[in-house]
Amino acid sequence: MSATVETRDTVETLTADKYKYGFTTDIAMEEFPKGLNEDIVRLISAKKNEPDWLLAWRLKAFALWRKLEEPAWAHITHPPISYDELYYYAAPSGPAPKSLEEVDPALLDMYEKLGIPLNERAALAGVAVDAVFDSVSVATTFRETLAKAGVIFCPISEAVREHPELVRKYLGSVVPIGDNFFAALNAAVFSDGSFVYIPKGVRCPMELSTYFRINARNTGQFERTLIIADEGASVSYLEGCTAPQRDENQLHAAVVELVALDEAKIKYSTVQNWYPGDAEGKGGIYNFVTKRGACRGRNSKISWTQVETGSAITWKYPSCVLQGDGSVGEFYSVALTHNHQQADTGTKMVHIGRNTTSTIISKGISAGHSNNTYRGLVKIMPNASGARNYTQCDSLLIGDQCGAHTVPYIESRNASAKVEHEATTSKIAEDQLFYCRSRGLSEEDAVGLIVNGFCKDVLKELPMEFAVEAQKLLAVSLEGSVG
Amino acid sequence: MLEIKNLSARIGDKDILRGVTLSVPDGEIHAIMGPNGAGKSTLSYVLSGREGYEVTGGEVIYNGQDILALTPEARAAAGMFLAFQYPVELPGVGNANFLRTALNAVRRARGEAELDAVAFLKLARAALKNLSMQDDMLKRNVNVGFSGGEKKRNEVLQMALLQPGLAILDETDSGLDIDALKIVAEGVNALRSPAFSALVITHYQRLLDYIVPDKVHVLAAGRIVRSGGPELALELEAHGYAGLEVA
Ligand SMILES: Nc1ncnc2c1ncn2[C@@H]1O[C@H](COP(=O)(O)OP(=O)(O)OP(=O)(O)O)[C@@H](O)[C@H]1O
Ligand SMILES: [Mg+2]
Repeated sequence: MSATVETRDTVETLTADKYKYGFTTDIAMEEFPKGLNEDIVRLISAKKNEPDWLLAWRLKAFALWRKLEEPAWAHITHPPISYDELYYYAAPSGPAPKSLEEVDPALLDMYEKLGIPLNERAALAGVAVDAVFDSVSVATTFRETLAKAGVIFCPISEAVREHPELVRKYLGSVVPIGDNFFAALNAAVFSDGSFVYIPKGVRCPMELSTYFRINARNTGQFERTLIIADEGASVSYLEGCTAPQRDENQLHAAVVELVALDEAKIKYSTVQNWYPGDAEGKGGIYNFVTKRGACRGRNSKISWTQVETGSAITWKYPSCVLQGDGSVGEFYSVALTHNHQQADTGTKMVHIGRNTTSTIISKGISAGHSNNTYRGLVKIMPNASGARNYTQCDSLLIGDQCGAHTVPYIESRNASAKVEHEATTSKIAEDQLFYCRSRGLSEEDAVGLIVNGFCKDVLKELPMEFAVEAQKLLAVSLEGSVG
Repeated sequence: MLEIKNLSARIGDKDILRGVTLSVPDGEIHAIMGPNGAGKSTLSYVLSGREGYEVTGGEVIYNGQDILALTPEARAAAGMFLAFQYPVELPGVGNANFLRTALNAVRRARGEAELDAVAFLKLARAALKNLSMQDDMLKRNVNVGFSGGEKKRNEVLQMALLQPGLAILDETDSGLDIDALKIVAEGVNALRSPAFSALVITHYQRLLDYIVPDKVHVLAAGRIVRSGGPELALELEAHGYAGLEVA
């Protein structure tokens, strides 16, 4: 372990901007040389003592990535990303800690400050956390409690070693390595992430959560999450994300794969609060993420809930492939953009099995000079008789410099399917603001209240503790958006 | 004590208030009557600081302080309250949450301790009971799907909780059935004290049977054209506004 580690907080960042997670942590790091080539891929694989099959899988992904191009269809713009200038691996130096006691105190401190105490006694009741710092998982709490229930919750690098049969069977089975540019990149260089397996008939006894923290400069974060709920199993999983405030943009290209077998249920919630950049649009995370769930089993259910307030760019479409008859997909989303943030987010619901149903509730809030796009696809395959979808997309505009766009695609190849789509665009009305203010609320509190009201149908899907956090986050993220 | 001196205001380039002068001493309730479009609601908005209403002259002093430069929220903190003629709907915002946020904002501004959820609920339930309102009003979204009468009662509920020093009631009686009218009037009368004053805007003498005003003013074409005692309301009820507007 690095002996002398001090945590220096750039406290001025807390006051200069509203982003209170913008501090950096000084810690001895090991980084691979910058740039991306086969050698880097081999290095990452070797660093993790990976089996040959996984190295081969990565190299294949890398070869595919070389041939792919960045998708250009999203409603976002950014200067070209120089993939050769990035670091693809950064981790606290020294051997990996085997238990919480071995984790660098500076890291524990940092998580404490982020409101995620890793010490089990201080931890949020009923929530087990996997903490991912730059490229590696630094701690996973409550593993023993979970193990008693037969639940596996560990870093994916460890799962590769301990549960190779599960990883090999499911990794890349939902998001194929060549799915898209960013997914291929992730497959080639992913360094860590969380792995969850809930055995047959088990209801996971705790909320599971991963907390992602980008710290190192010029380093991409490429984590990979794989969650499998076996027959009749159920789990609720939450991810949170923050990053320091820096002037350069940083790339985050994650992949999340969910698999639900017969009668299984997975609820996946995200509160994404990566550094959004400053008021002029400088800095911030480029968040290009591929999330997909496969409802493989009969009557299985996958529910995505996301509250996206951070990142300079958000490009993500958590989707459901509804293969099992009677399976259910849900997508509840709040995407808030302010200043110069850009979000192009939505979902794909692919109905394959019979009597499959999906629900999409999307709430977009745009303020400042930001751009916010909902992009969604509802696809009904020929055999999906009795399929149903309900989509509701609401946009709320604050000020007149921002943009809101709704791009719904519907493809139905089964005449018995029912697809409903509703969309609204509104502004925070002057009379609503005045009404609140005449009751003593400041303009910002009034906006916060109205926005939270607008998002209520989504926020109520979040686990309790996180709903409260998300509400505060929405209000804070909009500070300075009016007046 | 509220003193309005020669107040003029416009919306866009349309002059609405043309020199309103009026004072309401502490402890008094004054009624304002006047034809549709006379500027009564405009006066209430100007007093509460709504944007889009440009004050072109005059001043408004409340408790010795010129309030025209204050934000709406600062006026609320100073003790002013407006019961809206058309209460505004806030979709997705629970009434209890709204009331508590408002109450705590005002308490904070006045240097009082904030109320936690339990203390607030106790207070709110008692206030509801006084107004013969159902508890489920707290769970519903602010004014969303409320009947006209429920909206007005909700305004009075807010007033009862916020305990203003000066209440401006803009046609709070419109749309109320006779029982509700009495309840609302009781709500106002319950606040009566030497530290409370009110401006009650109404079209109907009926309300003034229950809230007996110290003075009645007639606002027409942006000016106070007549003032008198409670008997003025009876006279207006009998003869209408004919002949008043020319003044
Ligand atoms: N936003 C606005 N833009 C233009 N004119 C307005 C606006 N609001 C009010 N007015 C005009 O100002 C005048 C006064 O309106 P106000 O609502 O104050 O009348 P009032 O006395 O309250 O009437 P009522 O008894 O019908 O409630 C009316 O002629 C009205 O049309
Ligand atoms: Mg009016």
